[in-house]
Amino acid sequence: MRRSPTRDLLVGCFVLAGLAAIAYLSLRVGGVSYTGPTGLRIFADFDEIGGLKPRAPVVISGVKVGEIEDIGLADDYRARVALTLDPALRLPVDTTASIVTSGVLGDRYMSLQPGAEDDILKSGDQIQFVESAVILERMIGKLIHNANVGSASEKP
Amino acid sequence: MVTAIRALGGATVDAVAELGRFAAFAASLARSIVTPPPRVGRLVDEVFKLGVLSLLIICLCGAAVGAVLGLQGYNTLVRFGAADSLGAVVGLSLIRELAPVLTALLTTGRAGSATTAEIGTMAVTEQLDGLRMMSVDPLHYIVAPKALAMLLVMPLLSALFTVFGIFGGYLVGVRLMGLDPGRYMSSLQDAVDFRDDILGSLLKALVFGLLVGLISTYRGMTTAPTSAGVAAATTSTVVTASVSILLVDYVITALWGV
Amino acid sequence: MSDQPSISSAAGAPPIVFDDVSMAFGARRVFDHLSFRVPAGLIAVILGGSGSGKSTALRLIGGLVQPVSGRVLVDGEDVARLGERQLTRVRAKLGMLFQGGALLDAMTVFENVAFPLREHARLSAAEIATRVRESLAAVGLPDAEALLPGQLSGGMVKRAALARAIVMRPTILLCDEPFSGLDPISACRIEALLGGINARFGMTIVVVSHDIASTMRMAARVLILLPDGAVEGAPADLQRSGDARVAGFLQPDVEAALRQEAAAVAAAPVEAAAGPW
Repeated sequence: MRRSPTRDLLVGCFVLAGLAAIAYLSLRVGGVSYTGPTGLRIFADFDEIGGLKPRAPVVISGVKVGEIEDIGLADDYRARVALTLDPALRLPVDTTASIVTSGVLGDRYMSLQPGAEDDILKSGDQIQFVESAVILERMIGKLIHNANVGSASEKP
Repeated sequence: MVTAIRALGGATVDAVAELGRFAAFAASLARSIVTPPPRVGRLVDEVFKLGVLSLLIICLCGAAVGAVLGLQGYNTLVRFGAADSLGAVVGLSLIRELAPVLTALLTTGRAGSATTAEIGTMAVTEQLDGLRMMSVDPLHYIVAPKALAMLLVMPLLSALFTVFGIFGGYLVGVRLMGLDPGRYMSSLQDAVDFRDDILGSLLKALVFGLLVGLISTYRGMTTAPTSAGVAAATTSTVVTASVSILLVDYVITALWGV
Repeated sequence: MSDQPSISSAAGAPPIVFDDVSMAFGARRVFDHLSFRVPAGLIAVILGGSGSGKSTALRLIGGLVQPVSGRVLVDGEDVARLGERQLTRVRAKLGMLFQGGALLDAMTVFENVAFPLREHARLSAAEIATRVRESLAAVGLPDAEALLPGQLSGGMVKRAALARAIVMRPTILLCDEPFSGLDPISACRIEALLGGINARFGMTIVVVSHDIASTMRMAARVLILLPDGAVEGAPADLQRSGDARVAGFLQPDVEAALRQEAAAVAAAPVEAAAGPW
């Protein structure tokens, strides 16, 4: 129970180090959302989202600019995806949203290609141009089907 | 046969009674923590003894565990061509499970047993009675700062364990195995979610800190007044706390995880 | 036996009164229906064999344990019935010297003696230092300030603990086996210190001991806890007592006792043949 200034200093350093570690993990690793309630919230409807999950990244030219906030079902049974983006973004209204895969077997994420219009998307707006996710099994099935049709039509 | 059943029944009743005493102790402790005057000096003292003195062991073990994860993870992932996900594997394993659990177990072994031995020895040598005769409540002066310090220190140590673990995995994956450093960190960042993972990790650490703090101080206060009693109490702390940590870990994981 | 608890240390009122106190630890009875008074400003000694409950008597006075029945009055207040806050008030009048000293082993001697002052008295650091040094000088440990309890000899530990016990100038000093574990010279020193403290501060001192010689020298009143009851009186009276139990306790016939023990051991049935069990 010897109080000494050295001891107090060490305790202070320890606490700071611990808090710094927590901050590092939260911000740099965990990616505490910098686009919380103040983010740019827009929607997009898709025929097929594949394995897209909430909190998946949204990228432009490969750079993460936000994440998937929520996924639900629209009235016409299409998938309604809510995006939360960096509020500083200025996206034209003819921006395209595509669901792509990281690698061949990797996770799904969303890629945005900004359009050319002058008008900008605001919170609550909907992206009109979408490209749904490609389901690998269907693509392979189509290939096989086309191959069969092709070889069948060659027969005399 | 009947004797065995009777013994089992007796043991169960004893266990429940012990749990009741433990709960009563926790309640008294909670009350003494909020009673003035706040013993800040004692708290700082205990944070030093439990936290600062555990730093070396935590950082070393964190780096070692991270390195092992890196090694094992790499060897497995590279078979599926997924070695780029090493960061995610190391990071998630550490953050979700290994950091809070291992930190708690290591701290139990080092600081928890020391706490029990310290309090137990004070009880045996009448120092606690001495405090009572000087109208100083031993719970308030000795026990509460120790329990509170354990609670506060655990999340900090766990976070440091994680950081050193990620670094250990980095050393193995990037420096040793030649992975791209950017991909290591980005796979880590993509995989880790603040709410699910980081927050869950800190919550676990906090709960474990509470458990170890309560168990180690309780065992200290209920030591049998012999030197063999102190040894028995210390062993009991390590065993009870370790088992509780692992059981509670399951409960929290099940309730918190998606 | 005072029925008005608010009369404190009035002239003539004994500071400590045991009124029909029975004590047991679980199934083990320690003593039954014990009644005695400790006179003010004098040294009283409680004698008894091991397990007779002498240390328990001190703990009852300090409120550390509760009796099964009866009242333990300190300055007229029944400590067994008091709440924490009132107990604090009563304990302020008591100083206790534990058998092992019970010094806080992580603090120096100075810090130990200063502890009660820092906790309860509103004094400046300089005033505290003066009082601590005064106390240490009174017990003959002026140079031990910076030492840790682990570095002290048995006699020094007791003296440091004594310094701590008197630093708040209590009116009642309780000593649990102050001579145990000490060589004869150190024991004499403690005995002299207690006498000196009693003379200088007029403190009521209650000592628990098993050493008959020193008891007869320093006590004004003696309480002997015997297995079948207690006997109280002035030392001189007790020594002349015709009561066989008292005489047997004060001048034990050691030879006879040894012979009895040997006979008992020889007569005990042999439990099992020697060999692996």
